[in-house]
Amino acid sequence: MTTFPAVSSPRGTVAIRSESLCRHYLMGENVIRAVDGVSLEVHSGEFVALLGSSGSGKSSMLNLIAGLDRPTSGSVVVQERDLAKLSREELAKYRLHVVGMVFQSFNLIPSMTVSENVELPLRFAEVERSQRNSLAREALERVGLKARMDHRPSELSGGEQQRAALARALINRPQLLLADEPTGNLDSHTGLEIMDMVRELNLELGMTVVMVTHERALAERYAQRMIFLADGKLVDDRPNEPISASGEPA
Amino acid sequence: MKLPDLTELALRNLRESLLRNSLTTVGISVGVASLVAMLSLGTGLQQLFSRRLEKSGLFDTIFVSSRRELRGMDRREERTGPTPGESRVLDEGARQEIERLGNVSEVYPDIRFSSELRFEDKPHLTMISALPLSAKSNDAFDGMQGRFFTSDTATEVILQKAFAEELLGKTPALGAPEPNVAELAAPLLGKELTMVYAQRGASAAQPAATGGDKAELNDSDVAAASYSVVSRQERLTIVGILDLDPESLRGPLRARVFLPLRFAESLRVMQLADLREISRGGNGQPVYSSISVRVKDPSKIQGVEDAIKKMGFTTFSILDASRSLQQVFKVLYAFLGIFGSLALAVASIGIVNTLVMAILERRREIGIMKAIGASDGDVKKLFFAEAGAMGIVGGIIGVGLGWAIGQVINFGTNIYLKSQSIPPEHFWAVPFWLVGFAIGFAFVVSLISGLYPAGRAARLDPVQALRYE
Repeated sequence: MTTFPAVSSPRGTVAIRSESLCRHYLMGENVIRAVDGVSLEVHSGEFVALLGSSGSGKSSMLNLIAGLDRPTSGSVVVQERDLAKLSREELAKYRLHVVGMVFQSFNLIPSMTVSENVELPLRFAEVERSQRNSLAREALERVGLKARMDHRPSELSGGEQQRAALARALINRPQLLLADEPTGNLDSHTGLEIMDMVRELNLELGMTVVMVTHERALAERYAQRMIFLADGKLVDDRPNEPISASGEPA
Repeated sequence: MKLPDLTELALRNLRESLLRNSLTTVGISVGVASLVAMLSLGTGLQQLFSRRLEKSGLFDTIFVSSRRELRGMDRREERTGPTPGESRVLDEGARQEIERLGNVSEVYPDIRFSSELRFEDKPHLTMISALPLSAKSNDAFDGMQGRFFTSDTATEVILQKAFAEELLGKTPALGAPEPNVAELAAPLLGKELTMVYAQRGASAAQPAATGGDKAELNDSDVAAASYSVVSRQERLTIVGILDLDPESLRGPLRARVFLPLRFAESLRVMQLADLREISRGGNGQPVYSSISVRVKDPSKIQGVEDAIKKMGFTTFSILDASRSLQQVFKVLYAFLGIFGSLALAVASIGIVNTLVMAILERRREIGIMKAIGASDGDVKKLFFAEAGAMGIVGGIIGVGLGWAIGQVINFGTNIYLKSQSIPPEHFWAVPFWLVGFAIGFAFVVSLISGLYPAGRAARLDPVQALRYE
């Protein structure tokens, strides 16, 4: 299997820091406090699971870290960038080069082949076509989809689509992998396969992983730390002893 | 995002909604076709007009008149240089001087006089003009019945159709169909006309010799300018009947009867300029009210015209007329262009509609692209590229369509012209500049139409867009 180059941030330094982070929405006359004063730190190379029931604010928190959304107040600093202070253009560059995202519903573009989907971020990064092709092939090989690279997403199973999404998230060699319910649409066996891949990236490349899930068992199996949110507030933050790939506690 | 990637993605997106985008592109094509059709009609008409002028021989001709001729064609010249009274006389000496200028092929006087012509004992008054043998190539003689003059001194005459109608008493009433020129020619060709004219004879009196009244006759210059006017008759054979009017540009001064030039000169017909010159006192040489100068190459006309002006004469060439004509055609172009653009303006609304629909349909896709690193600019450029691609494709098809419409209308009109015994004409032209302009214009209009949708797509909130199902 081809390996990606190591992600540059040294293990143990602070990758993500949020201070009194708030994201409030106005719904009619009601204020929805999706994220309400969350302060936390995630270190480089850490595998963190954000847990909570539906509506607890975990996806909103992830969107703020991903730079898809802006905080109402407080700050979120990723790799020493205060995201609240970045322009729209700078945020786009941040999403392109620093962050890789995986979604519950895969979010592949149906009109493109798997290979084209995977190399799409490279087009935005203005990488030459020949280099794009080889990087996409390499990424798809890593997730075991090389044989399906010319297929459309609709011709792939759920697990294969999520693997393609994972390859796309990795193509720009990000320092941070953000996964929003990555196994939510998969059967348990396929879900574990995907999670094994995510753990491999975390361990081999030192990539920081923040995963949103409502499956506590999954978090306990893979995450080194579990952060619990309820009503937009951080209610618990505890370390976890994940189970190793061999089935033993790591 | 680089341009080739942008183009590739844009074309892929357009293919995804093939029917809708094709219909929008057809809308642009129709708009461009109407623009091309209108402007190519304008161009064709201009070219037709230029061709006519060129064939008329007027493009290589300069009309020269003395500033003493108060009906001079360019009054501006009178503000500079000598006053009309002090200006040079356009006489035989001046004619020969002009003939010696470079690039001049022929110089001949404009002999034009009104006279009475008798046909079958009935008098007819008309304007007569003299033609050089070189006038034979004038396109007005293309459809002539009979033949051109046998020589420059032949006692022959060519009649314009309207005068032939008058001779035969067949002048049609207003709005009535005109008689065929062949019908008019049959009873006239070979027949004789009698022309009665005033000849300028040699001086009847020799005032200096008589030693008469000093107040009137003492000045020898005035004495030399005196001459007699004698009424003469000349029998002329009708050799040709013209369907077209070779002097259509001359307005009310246009002649309807034509004589060979040398023959007309030999008649020494009394002309208006003779009367005027008697007050000046000349040397008895003939004075011309105007002369025509033919230039070897139409491109040299300006140089020759300038040289003649320096000699102190007033000049006029079709170049001056074509300058005003260009102004007229510019206005015509503007009007045709505006009308032609209206359909394109309507088509541009179609582009806006199509792209706004595309934003709604591809909302989630835009969200995905933003989540994986596309900037607002990338999204904007993508929608611009889609609008531009529709514009270019629509423009190309539209030019083809416009050309085809032109061909069909040209063909149909020529069938009609043929049925009316009028020679076919090419009044539809699609020059290369129009092809480039139409495609470019469609591209620019499409980009402008894409401004709003592209801006709207770029401003989409990625979180909202990703939630969209």
